[in-house]
Amino acid sequence: MDLLAVTAFGIVYGVATLVLLALGLAVIFGMMGVINLAQAEFLMLGAYTVLLASSHGASVWVGIALAPIVVGLVGIVIERTIIQFLYGRMLDTMLATWGLSLALVGIVTLLFGPTTEGIATPLGYMAIGRYSIAHYQLFVVAVALGSLALTWGLFNRTRFGLVARATMQNAGMVAGLGVNPSRIYMGTFAFGSALAGLGGAVMAPLTGVVPTFGLAFIAKIFITVIVGGPVILLGTTTAGGVLGLVESAVSYASTPIYGQVAMLVFAIVLLRLLPQGLSGFWRRGV
Amino acid sequence: MPYLSRAGVVLTLAALPFVLSLFQVVQLTVFMIFSLLALSLDLIWGFGGILSFGQAAFFGVGGYAYGVVGINTGLSMLALAGAAIAAAVLAALLGYFTFYGRVSDMYFAVITLTVTLILHQVMGTTADPRYAIGAARLGGYNGMTNVPSLALELPGRPALVLEPVPLFYVVAAFLLCILALCHGLVRSPFGRVLAAIREDEGRTEMLGYDVRWRKLVTFVLSGAIAGLAGGLFAGWGNFINPQVFSLSQSALVVIWVMVGGRGTLHGAIVGALVVQHLTSYLGAASVSYTSVALGLILVAIVLLFPRGLVPAVLGALMRVLARPRPAVSESP
Repeated sequence: MDLLAVTAFGIVYGVATLVLLALGLAVIFGMMGVINLAQAEFLMLGAYTVLLASSHGASVWVGIALAPIVVGLVGIVIERTIIQFLYGRMLDTMLATWGLSLALVGIVTLLFGPTTEGIATPLGYMAIGRYSIAHYQLFVVAVALGSLALTWGLFNRTRFGLVARATMQNAGMVAGLGVNPSRIYMGTFAFGSALAGLGGAVMAPLTGVVPTFGLAFIAKIFITVIVGGPVILLGTTTAGGVLGLVESAVSYASTPIYGQVAMLVFAIVLLRLLPQGLSGFWRRGV
Repeated sequence: MPYLSRAGVVLTLAALPFVLSLFQVVQLTVFMIFSLLALSLDLIWGFGGILSFGQAAFFGVGGYAYGVVGINTGLSMLALAGAAIAAAVLAALLGYFTFYGRVSDMYFAVITLTVTLILHQVMGTTADPRYAIGAARLGGYNGMTNVPSLALELPGRPALVLEPVPLFYVVAAFLLCILALCHGLVRSPFGRVLAAIREDEGRTEMLGYDVRWRKLVTFVLSGAIAGLAGGLFAGWGNFINPQVFSLSQSALVVIWVMVGGRGTLHGAIVGALVVQHLTSYLGAASVSYTSVALGLILVAIVLLFPRGLVPAVLGALMRVLARPRPAVSESP
């Protein structure tokens, strides 16, 4: 019974981290049709924000709160200097953001060195029978749920969300009604970046911080977003659920690396059947 | 290319080992191997219009296959064939699931990239001695050592291990032959349809051509060429490690083709030679500096010269050269 509870929580936790890390990418891809290959480096920048905050004496929580702001600002700078010139040229956007990802890893390595820096995991443990669960893992699940709710609320319950969805459908009409679509693209990109910053920051105490931080997650999150398809929230959550289940099952049976391999193979076979992703045939929406 | 310039290229290549130092010959050999890899990407991207981020994966798989077959049988020619076949099989599997699933170009690029990344991680975990195929130990991040050199194996004679200069000629011959093959392919009826697919996939399909099959064939060919390059690379250095699957290596392949210009075949080769010469001149200051430089180059080319750096520079030169004769250049 205890084992069952802990295993079930392990699966929920695996799915939650996947959704948390992939959500920023899903927003940018689902809303704007842009695949941002530098997304893994946005996670990494979020993690470094926490590291810097804690090495300057602030608590980890301050770092986690700062990370979305810092990475959101970085997102704005990148959207203004690079992405905005490449809308409509999807493959070129991918190439440019790929270059950006290499450059960011290089710059951070030059600034902070190539070593892994640890951050002490805050909060304690909770006993379930003979097993224990870290409170911090519960926090990760809560943040994932919170981010999902925030994204849903922003795009469905605010004026910005309404205008953003309209812009993605018909930018010309929105411009005709007196809103600058360029601003909306910038805001959406910044929001996606901020989500990535938050995800990276939350994961930082669990994994340690290193310039190639994002590399451990990049394959997973791209698979999740692609399998999820165009409907951001439902798609990402379903894909995160299915792929997270496959990954944790295989990881328990062998090693986490083979868990990732199984996830990739499963995703490729799934795309053979549903080329638009899991949500490709559903009603368009956020 | 006119016959004269073709003969010029062959003669120059034949003469180079007499002019260059041994070190330069060895270096140029590996640059030509990289050119072959660039050529494989230009075939699928420049002519098929399909951007594959996974050429480094085929290159790496080819290298590992060469190592495994070479160490177990001692026959380097067999190993080279194995390298091309292993990469082609991987390309066929990937291509079947993606092209026949009608996955979009963007998804295809991301899938090829994730395959490369995951191969990098998987090969990295093979440090334990029990990860061995026959006598060949995969060796984790330290890589596979003792990979046999390329040798000329004729039946009934002892194997003749290729010294640097003969190896240079062999690699040059491979490069020229495959360049000629690719030129032939893109000028054939098959190649014309391929160009049509690049320009408008839907219309080509409506005209009754099987788009998926043609994309698959081109992708498998391109994978086989990349695998062959990987095999030559492993034979050249007697070594292969998971670094060939890294993000920066995959990016390099794309940068070579972007610098040289897409859709010309020889442009990819020029791009690989130019970029590799530049990076070796700039020196191995630090991996991080190289990574920053490569990344910024990629961003700059996409923003400023989307048709390729060399074509842009050549175009500008042509315009400057044409200026003294305004009567010609200004006629409508």
